[in-house]
Order: sequence, then structure tokens, then C-alpha cells
Amino acid sequence: MPDTATPAPAPLSPAGGNAALRALLDGLPGVDEAGVHARVADLATRSVKTTAKAHAIDLAIRMVDLTTLEGADTPGKVRALCAKALLPDPADRTVPPVAAVCVYPDLVPVAARALGSTPVGIASVATSFPAGRAPLEAKLLDTRYAVAGGATEIDMVIDRGAFLAGDHRKVYDEIVAVKEACARPDGPPAHLKVILETGELASYDDVRRASWLAMYAGADFIKTSTGKVAPAATPAVTLIMLQAVRDFRAATGRQVGVKPAGGIRTTKDALRNLVMVNETVGPDWLDPRWFRFGASSLLNDLLMQRAKLTTGTYPGPDYYSAD
Amino acid sequence: MADTATAPDPAPASPGPEPRRLAVRKTYKLYVGGAFPRSESGRSIPVNSAEGAHLAHAARASRKDARDAVVAARAAFGPWAARTAQLRGQILYRIAEMMEGRHAHFVQETVDAQGVSEATAQDIVSAAIDRWVYYAGWTDKIAQVLGTSNPVSGPFENSSAPQPTGVVAVLAPQDSPLLGLVSVVAPVIAAGNTAIVVASERAPLPAIALAEALATSDLPGGVVNILTGRTAEIAPTLAAHADVNALDLSGAGDLATELESAAAATLTRVLRREPSPDWHALPGLARITPFLETKTVWQAVGR
Repeated sequence: MPDTATPAPAPLSPAGGNAALRALLDGLPGVDEAGVHARVADLATRSVKTTAKAHAIDLAIRMVDLTTLEGADTPGKVRALCAKALLPDPADRTVPPVAAVCVYPDLVPVAARALGSTPVGIASVATSFPAGRAPLEAKLLDTRYAVAGGATEIDMVIDRGAFLAGDHRKVYDEIVAVKEACARPDGPPAHLKVILETGELASYDDVRRASWLAMYAGADFIKTSTGKVAPAATPAVTLIMLQAVRDFRAATGRQVGVKPAGGIRTTKDALRNLVMVNETVGPDWLDPRWFRFGASSLLNDLLMQRAKLTTGTYPGPDYYSAD
Repeated sequence: MADTATAPDPAPASPGPEPRRLAVRKTYKLYVGGAFPRSESGRSIPVNSAEGAHLAHAARASRKDARDAVVAARAAFGPWAARTAQLRGQILYRIAEMMEGRHAHFVQETVDAQGVSEATAQDIVSAAIDRWVYYAGWTDKIAQVLGTSNPVSGPFENSSAPQPTGVVAVLAPQDSPLLGLVSVVAPVIAAGNTAIVVASERAPLPAIALAEALATSDLPGGVVNILTGRTAEIAPTLAAHADVNALDLSGAGDLATELESAAAATLTRVLRREPSPDWHALPGLARITPFLETKTVWQAVGR
């Protein structure tokens, strides 16, 4: 049963050098790959209908981090995105706002002006997204710039090169340093989401190790992918990360969120993720505070499915704004 | 190896009856997005010949299958409309080629479905194949015949050209399962639209035979999607679907009024059914123009 793999309780804060950290992470049980795939396939057969589906769609909308991470992003596009985040379907004001918008650091002030004091968060990717190939000083400047501009959430990328080379200490120290850079003198610190970029990690065992490493280092969220690398948020990877946050809370008492990002485009995908959350970590995580979708095209499909439930008619994509 | 090769054959104990070969029966499935899926509902309906003998089971499409077909047709629309008219004509001609190679099969399906004589069925199949050739010839002439150069006041060249309207839901004629079907589908795709076809409810098998010809021609997947099942179950979903741009009511029967009002809610174009169509008559542009829109371009002349 892959769902019951519980690592041995670990010390709260790993001290010591890289060797100690590696020994700690290598002590995690290996991932049963076939078991994970079977579990994912089994959960994907669950059917969510009628009132439960309506509830799940609204929950999924509230969990969306509406994302635009293109080189061609303009202030106008970000403002349009913010308007959509606040009122996803102008034809139906009962649709709840999304959790946050997610933009590059230089566009954070634009989003901050557009969103003002609304409940929609402002997430910014940072630390030289998406490759993460920059000196630590640059990554920290990147982060501080976004936080100073008004970002309430920081999505950082780990140094996959260092992780794959076995230099876990470097990855750990970077996360700790970025976490410190998230502090804000005039308010609560920005939430830190750590992107593992699982498409570039070698194995499911690495996904599990990277998840624990990020959580040890202080991540508030662990996020699958940048969306720039395929495969992105596969169900198997999301399941392994959900198991990791569940086991981490059991071991340390601290709850960490999960954000699958990239490749989730349809309502069916989103509902399967919610089923996976409920069955793996339970309803504690069925909240935008603890589970998010990083997506751009998912929202329109959620809105179309929602409109089908409320009106009985299938709407077409032409009825919704592309951005 | 050598041992077994040289071993003497054991003499047959007794010359029993000739071993009977197991029948290989065809599973009639849907045709959606270039693939042949079963209905997601897992249901099927029995299909009888015109005389009432059981022929086979056909898939009974659900509303979900209809929505999947709309998605496939929408995805196929852009690339199909962007093909040159000449290429669309060649592909339609290729469909005629594929049907010609399966002539005998279509004759058998037609005899079974319509209860006609073999000679009549031969005529029907030949007419259906010729209908593809006919519309293959039309593809690159539609704009020439329907396009206009408009005289305007001012230094502008002004011209109008027909454009495909998009995704068309076609309720195929109930009583002409092959020739009627081809006669309503070919004009829709000739102009660059994509189609979701609800086959004749009583006689769906010729439509699936056609799907097999389409799948082996050069027609891109999703341009024609064929659903079999209960028209009254699938048609309302298609009529009310906001991503369907036009609706052909040829096979709607008593549902026509209800479907037309459902289609009106999302401004879907509707082609009403003719009271008693003669599918053998040359159709001209009558079934092409209802699924066209007009694009007018103003271009400044001079500098």
C-alpha cells in the first residue's frame, strides 16, 4: 500500500553538514512506483457529480493561482488578469474570486495596484525563475524586490543542479536564505512556495527527498513545477508530494501546502486532484490556504463546467476571455 | 527441430466433421476525433434490417459523447478551415476513392439497411460516391461564385468572401442512411466547417461504414464525427451547446421545433429540413450556403 508509507520520525531541524543532510534524506523509504501509479489510476476513477461537483468546482476556483509567466507579459495583460481574478465570470457574480495571481517580479507593483486590498493574493516567482541559475545574491535581490513591490507569496525554484549533484546543503541553505528575504518590516512575511521542478528530478525517490528537504528548510508550500518543463504536475508526483506533507505533519506537527502547477487544464483534472487530496491528506488540506492550482487555462474550463451546472447549457470557449 | 520435422505425422484417429471457423463479427463504434471509441456510457442499441432481422449492435452515444465530439470538431475546425480549397477538394475526392474501393461493402450495408434490391443499392452507393466528387469540385469554386467585388464610394477596393461558420451539428436523414448522409455531410465540410453527425437512428450501420472510409482517407481526425444512438437523446445537447455554430435539422423529425428554439438561445444557425427531399437530385449550392458567413474587406487604393 503506497499510501501508508510513513518515514521514520525525523529531527525537527537537520543540523550539520551536507553528509548529515544526505543521510537524513536517504533514510526516507523509497517510493513504490508501481503502487503509486496503481493508486493514482484507482483514484482517477472516482466520480464527482451534482451538488458535490458544484461544491468542488467552486473550491477549485478558489484554489487557482491565476498565472501568466510569459516573456511577452505587459502591464495591461496583468491588469486584465487581476480583473479576471476578482470577477472570473462577469456574467455570474456568484463565482468566487481565485486565490491569487502569479506574475514575474517586475509586474508585482502592477498587480498590487490592480488588486489593492482585495483578498486575492499576489504571488511572484522569484530566484531567477524558471532555471534558478543565478548567484544567491541575485536570487535574494529578486525576492526582496518582489516582496517590496507587494507580493504576498513567493514562488522560488530550487537549484536542481545542486540537488542532483548531491549538494543538498546548498539547496537547503538557499531556501533558508530566501525564506529570510521574504520577511517584510511592515507586516507578515510573504508565504514561501518552493518549486521542486519534478520534471527535472531523476526519480520519484528524488521527489520525495526534495519535498522533505524543502519542508525542513521552512517552505510554506511545496510546488511541483515551473510549468516550463514537461512533464509538469503529473498525478503521481502530486500524490507523492501529498504523502510527504502528510508524513511531515505527523513527524513535526507543521502543516505544509501543496501546489501542482502546469498541465492541469480541465475540470476533470482538477477534480481528480481534489479527490487525491481528500483521500491522501484529508479535508484539512481542502482549503486554498493549503492546496493551490498553478494554472492559466484551467479557470476557463472550470467556469464553463460551472455554467453548465447552473444553466444546463454547455457554453463555448468564445464566451470567456482568453487571459 | 530436426526431430519434430522428421517425426511421422500421427494418423488422424477418425475423420471427424470439418472444424468450423469462429465468426469474426464487427463491433460498430462511434467515430470521434479520428478514432473509433465505444460510447463512454458503455451502452449499445440493437440494429435490425429493414425486414426486421437482427444485424448487429451499434454504440448508443450519450450526451457526454456528444460533448466530446464538439470538442473534437472545435479542435479540428481551425486547421481544416485553413487548408486551401484545392486541398480540401482533393481530400473529398480521396473519400470518393476510398468508398469506391469498398463499393461492395456499401452495397451490402445498403441492402440490409433499406431493404432495397441489389441493383437499387448499387445506384444508391454510386450516387453517394459521386456526391463526394461533386462537392470536391465545389470547394475551390464557392468563393468565386458567392464572393463579390463591391462598388463603394471612395478610394477602396471592397470585396466579400464566404467563410466557414464553424462547428455544424448535422442530424442525418432517418430514411436515407447512406446517400442522404453523404448529401448532408459533404457540403458542410466542403466549405471548411467541421461536423458532428447524428446518424440515422434506425439504420446507423452505413454511417459507421462511411466512418471507416473517412478514417482511411486523408480527412484529418475530428473534421467529421459520427454518433449513433437515439436522436432524441443526443440532439438537444448539440442544439443547446454554445460551441456549436449551426444545426442541420434534416433528420430531426418531430423534434425540429424544440431543437430550433434551443438553438436560438445561443444564436445557432439552423437549416430546417425539407419536407420530402430527393437525395438523387443535384443539390447545387443549396446546402453549402447556409453554413457560410461573409467576410468583407476594405482596402485603400492609391497611396
